[in-house]
Amino acid sequence: MSATLIRSGRVIDPANKRDEVLDLAIVDGKIAEQSAIKSQKAETVDAKGLIVAPGLIDMHVHLREPGFSHKETIESGARAAAAGGFTTIVCMPNTSPAADNPATIAWVNDRAAVTACVNVLPTGAISKNIAGEELAPIGSLGRAGVVAITDDGHCVQNHELMRRAVEYARMVGLPVLDHCQDYNLVGNGVVNEGYWSTLLGLPGWPAAGEEAIVMRNILLAELCDHRIHCQHISAAGSVHLIREARARGVKISGEVCPHHIALTDEAIQNFDTNYKMNPPLRSKEDVDAILEGITDGTLSILCSDHAPHAEFEKEVEFDQAPFGIVGLETELGIFIDQLVHKHRKIDIVRLIEMYTVEPAKLLKLDAGTLLVGAPADVTLIDPDLEWTVKIDKFESASRNSPFDGWKLKGRAVRTIVGGKTVWRL
Amino acid sequence: MSTNWNRKDLIGLRELSPEEINFILETADAFKQVGTREIKKVPALRGKTMVNFFVEPSTRTRTSFELAAHRLSADVINISATTSSLTKGETLKDTARNLEALHADILVLRHSSAGAPQFLAQRLKSSVINAGDGAHEHPTQGLLDIYTIRERRGKIDKLHIVIVGDILFSRVARSNIFGLTKLGARVTLVGPSTLVPREFEKLGVTVSYKIDDVLPTADVVNLLRIQHERQRKEYFPGIGEYTTLFGLTKERAKLLKPDCLVMHPGPINRGVEIDSEVADGLQSVILDQVTNGLAVRMAVLYLCGGIAT
Repeated sequence: MSATLIRSGRVIDPANKRDEVLDLAIVDGKIAEQSAIKSQKAETVDAKGLIVAPGLIDMHVHLREPGFSHKETIESGARAAAAGGFTTIVCMPNTSPAADNPATIAWVNDRAAVTACVNVLPTGAISKNIAGEELAPIGSLGRAGVVAITDDGHCVQNHELMRRAVEYARMVGLPVLDHCQDYNLVGNGVVNEGYWSTLLGLPGWPAAGEEAIVMRNILLAELCDHRIHCQHISAAGSVHLIREARARGVKISGEVCPHHIALTDEAIQNFDTNYKMNPPLRSKEDVDAILEGITDGTLSILCSDHAPHAEFEKEVEFDQAPFGIVGLETELGIFIDQLVHKHRKIDIVRLIEMYTVEPAKLLKLDAGTLLVGAPADVTLIDPDLEWTVKIDKFESASRNSPFDGWKLKGRAVRTIVGGKTVWRL
Repeated sequence: MSTNWNRKDLIGLRELSPEEINFILETADAFKQVGTREIKKVPALRGKTMVNFFVEPSTRTRTSFELAAHRLSADVINISATTSSLTKGETLKDTARNLEALHADILVLRHSSAGAPQFLAQRLKSSVINAGDGAHEHPTQGLLDIYTIRERRGKIDKLHIVIVGDILFSRVARSNIFGLTKLGARVTLVGPSTLVPREFEKLGVTVSYKIDDVLPTADVVNLLRIQHERQRKEYFPGIGEYTTLFGLTKERAKLLKPDCLVMHPGPINRGVEIDSEVADGLQSVILDQVTNGLAVRMAVLYLCGGIAT
């Protein structure tokens, strides 16, 4: 029997409407009553001045295994997650082979069980080989343990196929996540279509290319009466569409990545490929709309879209570089710094809720709560700690971050998974 | 003339000051004189090596740079996409670093990706001269256009310059816009709305879709080559309609002021963006542009090559 007592922290547990300074007990990997611990010799963790939160969940990461282990492995990605304060991560299916079949899901689960220090939950593909042409075996993927389906990195263009995928996913009880990109409107676009694309002569990726698919998803969520979650929202128009649809009760939701609030497309002017991601950095107006969407609850989930790439892959011509940046080890700091300290858009309680209760509810996870009996996944956060991002200190196998050298306020200081400390500052 | 040039690279006209642009033009004046002598060669870059690295095909610009380098007594190597190791999967950075390891002093780069010259300039000690990158910039073309206007009109300030054609995909248009507006010109862009988005007005120029309204006040009309087949066809219906709406036909040329200059960066599509009679007419300075291109490129190679060590 193992026991830990986290002493005198500010326990913020939005799932159970708790926000008070108290001791949190962990016995045998579960949250326990304090009385259960008295008779034992417990390890104590001094959490004075710290926030004790349910283990954070990042529901949008790319772990690159199988197939691209030079960018990241399940092991290194999980370590990066732990260092960022995450106890559960949800990985995307665009691996090689794609996670469009139960065998690959089983492989990921086995690999995670052996190598990962945090909980790794796979998603499955919507379409076979993420090609957008035929449905993947969604029911079998569900039985193999996926928590959602998505073709992330790609987007099913055939609305009829998407409609059938949503209907089918409803039957098997899996939420549908979607990377919103209309291929005709976006074409070969690599940066936000606007002033900077015009100035630099880089192919533009218009906001309408995202908005058109967000609208499509709203219509299909209504038609099929099933949840569609729009991934990495970047455009003001998408926020307006989701807000209006949610007000009507449509089962639609959206998530936000840190780069889409911390940066604008002005950052691309030196052709640095660490500012190239999909969807692209957009304008100040888009950033403001996303901040409003976070404030009023239109956008309910925070995540990273952690997308590791090797240096040699990113060190190429801008339009030829792969999209994406790493995010697991910077996202919490950026969101606390920007949302809580700088813009004062939400308080730390809501921020924790957006990283715990909201994704747990969407994906129906046994996580994001500090209720007695729940798995003892706990993140200790110092919301006022000032620190500097140093990419050469990353646990991730990749370094493709535009945030090197950023000074941030707020970060995780200890990550506990199943009662065991897997990372501490 | 005191030296006030300290750049090893020429990436674009956007980052240059008006003084720097004028300094290049004045340097080109001196080199243009050299071209009229019996012995057209000077020893300015003797012992230096220039690599013409053209990842995208070009005849005019590549030849002009090559000749400019010869006139400056530099050694020249030509590398094209098909003869480079890029076709074997080598990255641009590795290819360029290999060239640098062979002590190439100046790298002239033509590339289909916007930003490629800047990418190399930040990573190499050699001079990098942009000979056209994607739809971004073509600074020596912009400079030779400005040189030609200045030669004929004596100034750039307050002139009305009309650029007609496919602006969206044109690096020539962007370099002209940046350079001309810095020197005080009034620039109007004309072409189909799909190829001349209103967004360009944020660069300090005027956008018009009615060429007949614009031509009477033009001091210069610069016609860009229009391509239908290579681009995505959804941008405009076809060449015939383009000529009807935007071509500088004989008839339309009558709208021009007598002293208005007609320019074209080449290669010309006769009968498409410009009628033969206009291209070969008295107002045309198209061949002056080619001659001046040599002087301007000599100036750029001389200035940048003198900085890189």
